[in-house]
Amino acid sequence: MSAADTTLAFDASCKIFVEGGCGFQSPGLHSFVFKPMFTVGGFEFNKPILLALVTTLVLCVFFWKAFASPKVVPGKLQMVAESGYDFVRRGIAYETLGKKEGEKWVPLLVSLFFFIWLMNLWSVIPLAQFPVTSIIAFPAALAILVYVTWLSLTFKRHGFVGGLKNLTGYDKSLGAVLPLVMLIEFFSNVLVRPFTHAVRLFANMFAGHLLLVMFTIATWFFLNSWGFAYAPVAFVMVMVMIAFELFIQAVQAYVFVVLTASYISGALEEAH
Amino acid sequence: MNLLQIAAEEEQNPLIPPMPELVIGLIAFLIVFGLLAKKLLPRINEVLEERKAAIEGGMEKAEAAQIEAEQTLDQYKAQLAEARHEANRLREEAREQGSALIAEMRAEGQRQREEIIAAGHAQVEADKKAASLALRQDVGTLATELAGRLVGESLEDHARQSRVVDRFLDELEAKAADQSGTKAEAGA
Repeated sequence: MSAADTTLAFDASCKIFVEGGCGFQSPGLHSFVFKPMFTVGGFEFNKPILLALVTTLVLCVFFWKAFASPKVVPGKLQMVAESGYDFVRRGIAYETLGKKEGEKWVPLLVSLFFFIWLMNLWSVIPLAQFPVTSIIAFPAALAILVYVTWLSLTFKRHGFVGGLKNLTGYDKSLGAVLPLVMLIEFFSNVLVRPFTHAVRLFANMFAGHLLLVMFTIATWFFLNSWGFAYAPVAFVMVMVMIAFELFIQAVQAYVFVVLTASYISGALEEAH
Repeated sequence: MNLLQIAAEEEQNPLIPPMPELVIGLIAFLIVFGLLAKKLLPRINEVLEERKAAIEGGMEKAEAAQIEAEQTLDQYKAQLAEARHEANRLREEAREQGSALIAEMRAEGQRQREEIIAAGHAQVEADKKAASLALRQDVGTLATELAGRLVGESLEDHARQSRVVDRFLDELEAKAADQSGTKAEAGA
């Protein structure tokens, strides 16, 4: 493979009309692999890690400015942050867990929601243009955190046996099928749940990013070839996909947090 | 080294999380969570509570003020009605008093007039009596003196004197009465 053959269409060096210019390269798994910016003892610092840290920084600065010295009569920034906070508090925590139990979990749910949302949002923010949550490690880290919290809460509430009953959906009235139900419930709750929790978010962002890259490359490709008449079509698709992604990003952050709340509510629920 | 080569070299399973990203993702989240949970959300909650209390307090205050205003209005209305009633009563009373006063004054005036008239009559009567008494004495004295002078004798004896005079005067009166009686008969 020569260097000219493998230059990607979205690389700045891609020149279609020069001799031996690049061809159309569809996006794929390689779109999610980044050259490390620097390496410290085998640890590769790359773009997703940078974006994750920027996410933390942005959230901390934003909420610090909004809430550090709050006023009874709020300023603009405080008003915006308050409405977001209130949305998660009332819309998710109180709704799923009730006001009494929910209040304790508000901080976790609020920070999860805004953290995930901003990580998703990088997908359409110029220069970043990459959803950090499309790297499985980030959703997985959050899902593991929720999983551990949920499991420990279950056992704390119900004791060991009670906890196991809670996890396996133990119900005497089921009779003969009880062992089967318990097996399925255990499998779905304890083994599959963290995986689906993480992958749901990851896969949505992954697919969204693929679509965006796809149409962006197509626009560039058409623009640099004799098929340039198709370029506007591809470009319009880029715009449409950006709008769609904005919607999906918020929805996925919301779904992740709602699921977290419902897992916690399952752990709090009385044994039957 | 370009991206495709990196992609080719690395194990390509997007579902296997790389360890450094996992750890950094967790830390990045925990920083946000820590800041929000320990510091910022308690603060904003406090302010939200304060705001809620302020709004509810304000509403309560407004309600109380309205109730008080209504009470005051009712009170004023009652007072006004009472004052009107009182004024009517006073006017009525004054009218009654006024007419009573007028009647009383009229009666008093009447009484005084009658008194004055009666006093006048009595005075006139007394004056008449006194005058007639004085006249009788004077006339007696004068006549006696005149008679004394004329007959040249002194009629010193008082009793006799007065008897003579009285008889004389009675005669005169009787004559006068006779005359006036005949006059009145002639007149009638």
